[in-house]
Amino acid sequence: MTLPVDMSTTLGNAWFPTPIFTASGCASSGKELSQFFALKDVGAIVTKSVMTKPRHGRPTPRMAETPSGMLNSIGLQGPGIDAFLAHDLPWLVEQKARVIVSIAGETIEEYSTLARKLRSASGISAVEVNISCPNVENRGLVFACDPDASRRVIDGVRKTIGGELPIIAKLSPDVTNLPEIAKGVVDAGADALALINTVLGMVINLETMKPHLGGKTGGLSGPAIRPIAVRAIYQVHAALPHVPILGMGGVASGRDALELILAGASGISVGTASFGNPTALISIQNELRDLLAARGFATLQQAIGYAHREETQ
Amino acid sequence: MMNTINKNAVQQIATIHSNKRVGAYHQILINVGEMVKSCRPGNFVAISVGGDSSRMILRRAFAISRVSDSSQYGGTMELIVAPHGSGSKWLCAQPEGSELDIVAPLGTSFGIPTEPINALLVGGGYGSAPLFGLADVLKGRGCKVDMLLGASIGSKIYAPMEGKRSVNSLKIYTEDGSMGEKGRVTETLLEIITNRSIDVIYSCGPMGMLRAITELVAQTEVIHQCAVEESMACGIGICMTCVLPVRNEDGSTSMLRSCIDGPVMDGAHVQWDLVGRIPEAHQ
Repeated sequence: MTLPVDMSTTLGNAWFPTPIFTASGCASSGKELSQFFALKDVGAIVTKSVMTKPRHGRPTPRMAETPSGMLNSIGLQGPGIDAFLAHDLPWLVEQKARVIVSIAGETIEEYSTLARKLRSASGISAVEVNISCPNVENRGLVFACDPDASRRVIDGVRKTIGGELPIIAKLSPDVTNLPEIAKGVVDAGADALALINTVLGMVINLETMKPHLGGKTGGLSGPAIRPIAVRAIYQVHAALPHVPILGMGGVASGRDALELILAGASGISVGTASFGNPTALISIQNELRDLLAARGFATLQQAIGYAHREETQ
Repeated sequence: MMNTINKNAVQQIATIHSNKRVGAYHQILINVGEMVKSCRPGNFVAISVGGDSSRMILRRAFAISRVSDSSQYGGTMELIVAPHGSGSKWLCAQPEGSELDIVAPLGTSFGIPTEPINALLVGGGYGSAPLFGLADVLKGRGCKVDMLLGASIGSKIYAPMEGKRSVNSLKIYTEDGSMGEKGRVTETLLEIITNRSIDVIYSCGPMGMLRAITELVAQTEVIHQCAVEESMACGIGICMTCVLPVRNEDGSTSMLRSCIDGPVMDGAHVQWDLVGRIPEAHQ
């Protein structure tokens, strides 16, 4: 008989009973998935990135399925921070869910404005600062592709929000030197890193012979990008072993979650898998627990970054 | 506060009871048990396709054409599927007895009147499938039910024998004239509305047809409930891909999810001219 595995994890000073979270943009604000499982049964609900104002997002078509993946081009449609704080957050708190609020801005100032609004809100475990959404009009505005802009966003949020709430900076894999960008945002005050956002892609429709998505390009997600996530997490964990990573990218099973954990992730966000299976988080959580136990891990903590150990033969 | 989105939806493993070819389509009956009690005309089902090692990661959404509950087979759900894409082709190739991972019932349903009204049901292609189940329910409420079906060619008309019994009249149009009258369902629509004192139109089919019906009835008192179609990744309201521009009471426009705020919508509220575009920014 195996002892139960201690699945708890931390990101900065935030504690979670299990490492399986929703992924931003793949769970709306939780209500839709609550029909299929109790939100308090997973590690945390990471909400869809919210901006200061309500936003319509990009035109349809917004979706294209690809081999073992999909492209999306939503463009941060959402109710705006005021409606989110008035309706969505209190509902999540009432469900006893742990909440990580994801924020996105078009300017460095917008991120600070959002941080100011969150500062007085209660029931938030951490803030995810999404500086890597690929679905914006101007690629030059993807802050996470520019080390200096990344640092300035995180610095602004840290100064506004004070020292209490953990900041998770969400980074893009579409860069040349990911560890350098990661170091920059950690120096600016990020407590943890979210890796990876979707990978920029395109599908051309053979009927119209034009880009299929209304926004032309989209973010690729699903199992197709998992090896990119494993690589990114492994690289960043090697460079910054003491910075917790919220890993994501194509996790669809407990096996996939364990792979990202071994690479260095302290928590796992499940996104696209929920589209195909509304109870994916629960099955991934159960499978991960069994896989850890089968490998003799008494705690999740022991497995984090285990792929980096030196061979002592 | 209770969750109010898809409050009857469940995920379950269901068995294919039968799978028959009917014209250009497959009629698939699925044993779903107690689930039939919460299925309403207009609701849809999301089905995993391709098996465990599939490279197709997204469910496919199908309109539930009708449900029945018999003492012999228990609850069964009927789907009419066109084998067009790789997911629907896989489903149509599944033999009797195969297991399916399904999530249902999803989305909004057609509003059923409390009084006996004159209803016109308009279907395009396999969009006619859920209208026969709806016709049964409307007849049960004492409504007069007329039906108009259209398609490009005769083999794409879905009109089962037993379905014809639940309507007072059925008129078929094909674009090539290979079945019924040559032309489109919209050609005599206004005439039918007037002659038969139609109160409500229920429609299901291509977006172009739904838009054309909305525009034709705009100057009349007729209510138009349509089941829309927009490509969706999840079917349960979390991916935000299937949005349609819908006018709010205050005149502003919201991008509503056709999976949870639809598929059945009030045609007069959909901003058909804005589909595929971005509405003006919020004031």
